[in-house]
Amino acid sequence: MRESRWIRVTAVENIPAREGRAVQIGDREIAIFNLGDRLLATSSRCPHKSGPLCDGIVTGASVVCPLHAWKVNLENGAVERPSSEKERCIETYPVRVDDGVVVVAVPCAAVEEQVA
Amino acid sequence: MKRLVVVGNGMAGMACVEQILKYAPMFRITVFGDETHTNYNRVMLSSVLAGEKSADEIVINSREWYRTNEIELRVGVRIVDVDSGRKTVTGDDGSVTPYDTLLLATGSTAWMPPIKGLDKEGVFTFRTLDDTRALLKRSGPDTEAVVIGGGLLGLEAARGLQVQGCRVTVVHLMGTLMERQLDPPGGRFLMAKMKELGIRVVLGKSTTAIRGDRRVTGVEFTDGEQIDANLVVVAAGIRPSVDLGRKAGLTVKRGIVVNDFMETSNPDIFAVGECVEHRGVCYGLVAPLFDQGKVLAATISGRRGPTYEGTVQAAKLKIVGVEMFSAGEIDDDGSEPVRYEDPTLGVYKKVAVRDGKLSGVILVGDTSDSHKYMEWLRTGADLTSQRRHLLFPPPSADLGLDVAEMSDSATVCGCVGVSKGTIIEAIHERGVNTLSQLKEATRACTGCGSCTALCQDLLRAVAPDFEDEKKKTICACVPFGEDRLRDILRSQKLKSVQEVLEIYGNGIGCEICKPALSYMLDMLWCGDHDEDRSARYINDRVHANIQKDGTFSVIPRMRGGVTTPDELRRIADVADKYNVPMVKVTGSQRIDLLGIKKADLPSVWADLGMPSGQAYTKGVRMVKTCVGTEFCRFGTQDSTSAGIEMERRFEQLFTPHKVKMAAVGCPRNCAEATVKDIGLIGVEGGWQVVVGGAAGKSVRKADLLTTVETTEQALEASQLFFQYYRENANYLERTYDFVERLGIEKVRKDTVYTTDVVKAGLLDRLAKSKARARDAWQEGQSPRNPTQFAPITVMEKVLV
Repeated sequence: MRESRWIRVTAVENIPAREGRAVQIGDREIAIFNLGDRLLATSSRCPHKSGPLCDGIVTGASVVCPLHAWKVNLENGAVERPSSEKERCIETYPVRVDDGVVVVAVPCAAVEEQVA
Repeated sequence: MKRLVVVGNGMAGMACVEQILKYAPMFRITVFGDETHTNYNRVMLSSVLAGEKSADEIVINSREWYRTNEIELRVGVRIVDVDSGRKTVTGDDGSVTPYDTLLLATGSTAWMPPIKGLDKEGVFTFRTLDDTRALLKRSGPDTEAVVIGGGLLGLEAARGLQVQGCRVTVVHLMGTLMERQLDPPGGRFLMAKMKELGIRVVLGKSTTAIRGDRRVTGVEFTDGEQIDANLVVVAAGIRPSVDLGRKAGLTVKRGIVVNDFMETSNPDIFAVGECVEHRGVCYGLVAPLFDQGKVLAATISGRRGPTYEGTVQAAKLKIVGVEMFSAGEIDDDGSEPVRYEDPTLGVYKKVAVRDGKLSGVILVGDTSDSHKYMEWLRTGADLTSQRRHLLFPPPSADLGLDVAEMSDSATVCGCVGVSKGTIIEAIHERGVNTLSQLKEATRACTGCGSCTALCQDLLRAVAPDFEDEKKKTICACVPFGEDRLRDILRSQKLKSVQEVLEIYGNGIGCEICKPALSYMLDMLWCGDHDEDRSARYINDRVHANIQKDGTFSVIPRMRGGVTTPDELRRIADVADKYNVPMVKVTGSQRIDLLGIKKADLPSVWADLGMPSGQAYTKGVRMVKTCVGTEFCRFGTQDSTSAGIEMERRFEQLFTPHKVKMAAVGCPRNCAEATVKDIGLIGVEGGWQVVVGGAAGKSVRKADLLTTVETTEQALEASQLFFQYYRENANYLERTYDFVERLGIEKVRKDTVYTTDVVKAGLLDRLAKSKARARDAWQEGQSPRNPTQFAPITVMEKVLV
């Protein structure tokens, strides 16, 4: 198991309130959501048919997939709708804001500063 | 068994009889009513006038109820005399009926001020169901109505008439509206609300005469000024009906005098409701009737003991979008007033505290806390600890808290006097799950209806199988029907989705209500609102149609399905440059480029150099055309030009659901106009305009809206229907469901057959929306935010 490292992602303004954006970090595509008062990050693909969750409508701390309206909880990654699929789950990642920059904890081998 | 005769078949009399029936049967009961209907909810007459309820819906006791309870009901008989010596009553039909016990529940009548000419045709009062029916018959778009009296009843009548299409002026004697319930600032806030609805208000005017020969043509004031009117409603107040009390020899002042046991000066005669005077007060509202009825039922049944000690007076205006509540004392003498006002939102709140207790409250524009204040007034609660939260409770995220905070003895329904405890008991012991079951079981919420929300909250919180029966709401986040919501958004001047959710919803919203509210705000404010992209579906965030793999489809506008070699070349170049996996001709006479990445959208649009075809949104799609007289040997009209012009007039606008159109040059219908939302069908010498067609999930032949001679007339008829659909359809309701729901007759009446004023209004609002509408693809050059299309590049590189 690789150890999680905090990765500086982007300025917080780049994720508008109540919207999500996908970012590629290493081999993972991660969706980061701005809930207005906090940020949450999950794996970006819907467990149903891999719809882009970052493009969904945010409702409270959940998102509704734009393809077939599956609803996924962004805090724990659990599917909330359809209720028959409640055992299914996507990955979530710790996220915080440092000095106006979104920082996500992702398991990886190493981090290398990039020239902006 | 003793014979009980009840004079008056109204709310007070029957509420009392219902209470009497709870005791062991001891009376043979006869009820006389001078109206020809069974007992109905008089408080709701304004809702009948406003078309919100039908006459059947306000019936309280059906004929069946009288039969089941073995009550003899004699409607249409007015009792004209009482002989208290012989103990008989005489009807206007000559009948003489003996009684052992007499109950007078004669109510009140409209007070007619000293105005000359009140007998002219076209002058009405507003007290009974017959009055209401007469008003409904007389009102309409050509009616200039004047309502004399700016009190509760006058204002509700005014709004009702306006809803029926009348132009309405309220004439009020005093300097502010509802001066018996509101202080002057409250009255001014209320007046602003009424004016926003389009109702004229004239203050400080005393009417001296009704003008006209036989029929009313206007009203005249003491200062000599006049205004034109062909309908006048007198709502200047009510007077207790005490004639029979006098004839029976009872003590009568303003009303029939009763003591705390509800006894009159004659031991065999009782009185209840608006005709009585108790401790010097005559009540004109519904809540006291129920309190009095309970006490009287005990006294009359030989269980004298409970006493009536008066009721805290409360008034609530029942006009959608105009919230007003007043209770207790309104003058500030010796009390400490606490005020809040926001003229922009039209919210005014004042509470008055005396000796640490609430003495009065006035709410205009937001009455959501009225039950709390009513409870404080009723119980005389000590407010010392609440001092900082008199107007604004500390915010709470727990939506069930309001209900949880109430004690079991707290009154939920002030009219009938039902406590929270009683309701919870009914839910548990009698299996109550819906509001109608609750009404049936406890009678709660059968008076003025202002506790509906609270009853719903209680049911939601307590009932195991709660079912919400309210009119179809968008979703659970915003508990209002769409008609009501449109009224609220307009009158409360709400311009952003988040604002609506915070004030009228659960503060969160979901994928169903957010796009619906987005549309509603765009339509209501003709595009001049605070658009919130987060509230919209992804297609409307990036102006393209999302596909199963997360890529997008791009369809440029090709008006009327007409294109040029140059456009086709650019489309081909784009397809090559971006490796477009599929180029497809659509069923709408356009070309679809499928499989475009979100990041490529702006450059694809720029390279195409064509406007957005809006094929991704609930909005105007296209106008399909045939070649018409330009080339076709059968063509009777230039359908291609007409279709292109039609598309120009509607393009870029949003609609409740997608709108597809077509224009064809002859009835061969090559572009399938008869199965489009709006279709123009060329015929010899003119056009048929058809609406509500469908050939998708449903198949429906469009209805004929109108037949006209010129292309301009056909386009105008289309515009009228288009805007009417925008303003009145529910979100996600296609024209074929909309036309079917309303019926084409009503659609015609409200569009092509309506008055010039209404037509001008529809066209004007459409023009305003159109003036603000833009080609969405311009955003490719100036995105709403830096990451609308462009992907985020992570600041640090990760080694896996």
